[in-house]
Amino acid sequence: MTEPVLSAKNLTKRYGKVTALDNCDFELYPGEILAVIGDNGAGKSTLIKALSGAVTADEGEIYVEGKQVRFASPNDGREAGIETVYQTLAMSPALSITDNMFMGREIRKKGWMGKLLRQLDRKAMEDFARQKLSDLGLMTIQNISQPVETLSGGQRQGVAVARAAAFGSKVIILDEPTAALGVKESRRVLELIQDVKKRGIPIILISHNMPHVFELADRIHVHRLGRRLCVIDPKEYSMSDAVAFMTGAKEPDGPRAA
Amino acid sequence: MSQDDAYEDVVKTRREESFASFESRQKGLLHKVHDVLHGNPALVPLIVLLASIAVFGLLLGSRFFSPFALTLILQQVQIVGIVAAAQSLIILTAGIDLSVGAITVFSSVVMGQFAFRYGIPPSIAVVCGLGFGTLCGALNGLLVSKMKLPPFIVTLGTWQIILASNYLYSRNETIRSQDIEASAPILQFMGTRFEVAGAVFTIGVVFMILLMLGLAWALKNTAWGRHVYAVGDDAEAAALSGVNVHRTLMSVYMLGGLICGFAGWALIGRLGSVSPTSAYEANIESITAVVIGGISLFGGRGSILGALFGALIVGVFSLGLRLLGADAQWTYFFIGVLIIVAVAVDQWIRKVSA
Repeated sequence: MTEPVLSAKNLTKRYGKVTALDNCDFELYPGEILAVIGDNGAGKSTLIKALSGAVTADEGEIYVEGKQVRFASPNDGREAGIETVYQTLAMSPALSITDNMFMGREIRKKGWMGKLLRQLDRKAMEDFARQKLSDLGLMTIQNISQPVETLSGGQRQGVAVARAAAFGSKVIILDEPTAALGVKESRRVLELIQDVKKRGIPIILISHNMPHVFELADRIHVHRLGRRLCVIDPKEYSMSDAVAFMTGAKEPDGPRAA
Repeated sequence: MSQDDAYEDVVKTRREESFASFESRQKGLLHKVHDVLHGNPALVPLIVLLASIAVFGLLLGSRFFSPFALTLILQQVQIVGIVAAAQSLIILTAGIDLSVGAITVFSSVVMGQFAFRYGIPPSIAVVCGLGFGTLCGALNGLLVSKMKLPPFIVTLGTWQIILASNYLYSRNETIRSQDIEASAPILQFMGTRFEVAGAVFTIGVVFMILLMLGLAWALKNTAWGRHVYAVGDDAEAAALSGVNVHRTLMSVYMLGGLICGFAGWALIGRLGSVSPTSAYEANIESITAVVIGGISLFGGRGSILGALFGALIVGVFSLGLRLLGADAQWTYFFIGVLIIVAVAVDQWIRKVSA
């Protein structure tokens, strides 16, 4: 068996008396799209945050390409090549699209203005942002320097996805990437996910949209009550099976299907 | 998938598209004004400033509209202007600093007492005063950023603590201007005057203007500046997208403290003496300048140049009304009106579509 790109063992996270993750295991293999499904409150978001560095698990280990890592902040995750689109999108509404895309990894001007005065290279950043948005088919954005708050919900989501796709080098995590999108934008995001997969970068996709999950995913991680219930192959199970597993209406046959 | 589910097929094929563009339809004047203001938040206070200079100029003629009188305003607002720069930075991060006045006066006392009580060389005493201001800012920053206490409460506390320590440490003594002039003239350096064609400037005034321009540039053109705005806008989102919120907040509060230290130095230049009871009004005046300058108290929005214009507006009103022979209370009356108008205009500009 090949080595997982990103894996976790026995992750546990408690918030006061609430146990969000309960000895959860996780594996993501090279080049695959892994969907994570589960009911509300099952701990999907906490799992994602632990893997991206936004929260630090109380117990358990995380491995990137076999090497154990410890993420104390989202920046640690980003440095390890893990890029995340959070459900909240994590954008600053008053700042421009470009500013948001480059937040925390701004490009400085070449020469003394950049070295000494740390001046940003606005043009390079804007060109890059424009390129990424047009790759995503987000053509309804009129001005790259307009504040994010003037965008529609779908456009904001598109910008967030474009940001992750542009910078993710090892793993891209998408938390409900199509939840706020229109039909056309969702389709672009799904295409983009496949594009990214073709580039060989594995993707973790959290979604409630079963048709999208079954269309894209190579494997489906079913999350229930803070842990991995089972991993299923979408070709062998139906959508209603998956829903039955995640809601607890049906128990998986083996200890680990697929 | 059944046939009915194939509704997405039409969008599966990609078509060549270019970025959307619209003929800007014949917009009303109000819309255009709104557009411009939305992009340049410091424009409103600038217009108010120019308008008030014009009105007082018409009313008072050359008594007001002279290089001497106009630069007198600059000298009168220099302390508040410098402190307002610190206040703006902190308010941009959705904080507020009630201790700026206390830090300013204690820094000036440290400079004076270090030089006179301990006989430290005056230039080193100045550096100590600046360092002390930075340290006070760091204390505020730690309490806000590490302990996660609300900035209002933190600085309400440190305001009292610093001010009380200031009186205790200085034993309420004033260091006389003549003594400073005789043995430590560098303490008065910021008050050094020079004249350009009837206009009188001091080093403190020049410092205030350069400080404001420098900060405005840095806020717009460096990653640090963008992070300050992002933290003020939504600290959690900023953290998730890779901003070191703690470091940004610490840098802002420490820089704020350092700027207050400089304000303390400028205060000695302005007064000539070191007095532990001075600058008590710098707190509220700096917040007033920031608000009139169109910087949102909720953080993340506004331009620091607005605070400079805000401070100048207050200066123009107080000098203008004084020259008109009006009761000083009218100044406060109009400042109050301006604050409310400024916030109302800010709300209007904030709306994406007017």
